[in-house]
Amino acid sequence: MEDLYSMLMQDVRFEEGLKACMNCGICTGICPAAEYYNYDPRMVVDLVQTRNNDIIRELLMSETIWYCGQCMSCKTRCPRGNTPGMVIMALRKLSQELGYFTASEKGRQQFAIKRTVGDNVLKHGYCVVSYDVDPVAHPEQGPAWEHYYKHMEDSLARLGGELNGKEGPTRKISDDVLDELRSIFKVTGGQDLYDAIEEASEKKAEEMGLEFNKQGRDFEYFRHVVSADSGNHQCETEDVRRDIYETRR
Amino acid sequence: MKLEGKKRIWAEYQKDIPDDHFFYVRSCIRQTFFAGSEQTFLKIMRDDLKKDVFEDPRHTTCTGIGYHGDVVPFETIQTVVARHFALATEAGYKHIAISCVTSFGIYSEILETWKHFPETLARTREDLYKATGRTFDVPETISHTSDIIYKFRDEIARKAKYNLVDISTGKPLKVVEHIGCHYSKMFPNYGIGGAEFPHVLIGMIESWGGDVIDYPERRHCCGFGFRQYLIQANRGYSVSATRKKLESMEPYKPDMIVANCPGCAMFMDRWQYTIKEIDDITYGHDGQGIPVLTYEEMAGLVLGYDPWNMGMQYHNVQSLPLLRKMGIKADPADRFLAKDGSRLPEPANLINS
Repeated sequence: MEDLYSMLMQDVRFEEGLKACMNCGICTGICPAAEYYNYDPRMVVDLVQTRNNDIIRELLMSETIWYCGQCMSCKTRCPRGNTPGMVIMALRKLSQELGYFTASEKGRQQFAIKRTVGDNVLKHGYCVVSYDVDPVAHPEQGPAWEHYYKHMEDSLARLGGELNGKEGPTRKISDDVLDELRSIFKVTGGQDLYDAIEEASEKKAEEMGLEFNKQGRDFEYFRHVVSADSGNHQCETEDVRRDIYETRR
Repeated sequence: MKLEGKKRIWAEYQKDIPDDHFFYVRSCIRQTFFAGSEQTFLKIMRDDLKKDVFEDPRHTTCTGIGYHGDVVPFETIQTVVARHFALATEAGYKHIAISCVTSFGIYSEILETWKHFPETLARTREDLYKATGRTFDVPETISHTSDIIYKFRDEIARKAKYNLVDISTGKPLKVVEHIGCHYSKMFPNYGIGGAEFPHVLIGMIESWGGDVIDYPERRHCCGFGFRQYLIQANRGYSVSATRKKLESMEPYKPDMIVANCPGCAMFMDRWQYTIKEIDDITYGHDGQGIPVLTYEEMAGLVLGYDPWNMGMQYHNVQSLPLLRKMGIKADPADRFLAKDGSRLPEPANLINS
């Protein structure tokens, strides 16, 4: 059986992020995720420092490790210099490498992040790029974005840019540069992580009886992971806040 | 307390920002949603301040959203950033100017990791060479582009065409400043004023005549949360955080919000639209929204730049009430133009329009 704690210790962020937690809970007090989700970073760190393999495996398969928003406010406040957010990053990486992430609803969402941001990096050279932010998928972007998206070349020209131009904002990243990026991903393990996410997701889709395609985003499993919400993630504090909000209205 | 003692205490909150010769790296989010702001920064630096800012079009994303979305390993992002350092080295630049706050946090994290774990620097050099044949020098300094505008704030004030003042009353405008979490919460030494006294936007606002609003949730995250926005099912997290901030600042009647992080500026604008659509709630004066500006837009207005050439019309919360207060004459009919100068149809449902 693999020693999960030792595997975590191979991640420099874990080594740096967890020295000795005294369970004061200030990380939970400052954490925006703890205010919204049923989430307690103090508990996560406490569980990890038990070094118990079964407990760590349970965490790797849980919803819990996917609630953090990585604002890293915990780093500023921890009196021991720990960073629960970095511990979370190490847990998430290991969860994906071992294929455990597909056991949870929030974990399965990693597939969508890989197919959007992840694929954008190697296809366009950007994590986010204007022509990939479709207003239909992003109604919250509102009328200003819808207008910009529809008239992108005109709008960008006025701002001093050229869509897929040679330089400036949203310039086209050339094929030889993209080759360099792909090579970096191969050498450093980035491609291996992408492959691990793909492989475990395809297996999960089959298990759930959902359609899965090797490329793109228009198929059942992708649509499922971006929208599925069991409604079991939020905390009571958020219910109280919602009541206050309703009263205010 | 003696002045010398004071200086010593505050020394750790200072940051050395170079005077000139920057290697500029763009932001995925800023160039997508605020392309005009990046161009405004370059124009201010090159045309108004006569500084040398070099951009190599071969630089790419730092992969930061993928890194904090947990699909890009730390070893990978270190090597991608090292490639940017290699481009700077090849061009003879030692000072990096970073447009994005997520990137800035990542560059800070990488430099700190290389200091504390020198083997990671050695491995990154090896990986970069193996992948691309490139080598690099570690830069002497990294600055967020807001640091650089902060450094030259008084020079900008001397060139000001407008101030952050309500011309009808002569009173300072009330400004909410929002610092992106990854600017100084993670590595305080890299930010002006550190995590406790982040002064980067306060300095600009006060130099240009405005008043800064202090409110309870001033340092709360905007709610981006990476996967918490990227995934549709999680966006309640994101909008809730911004809503908390808006409710907290509302009683202080802000004239505007300014942010140094492109993501924060985008979300605080977009979520105002969303909350208005869903619940018909706004947080500004007389049923209006609160305009959210990038610091480049704020600096550009002060210098007399045309707000529509900076892209301020592409905010859901329009800035027309703010422009009127500052005495800036910008015709709303000129906001949406095609390349040939003809007028495009105006979008419906903009706030403050």
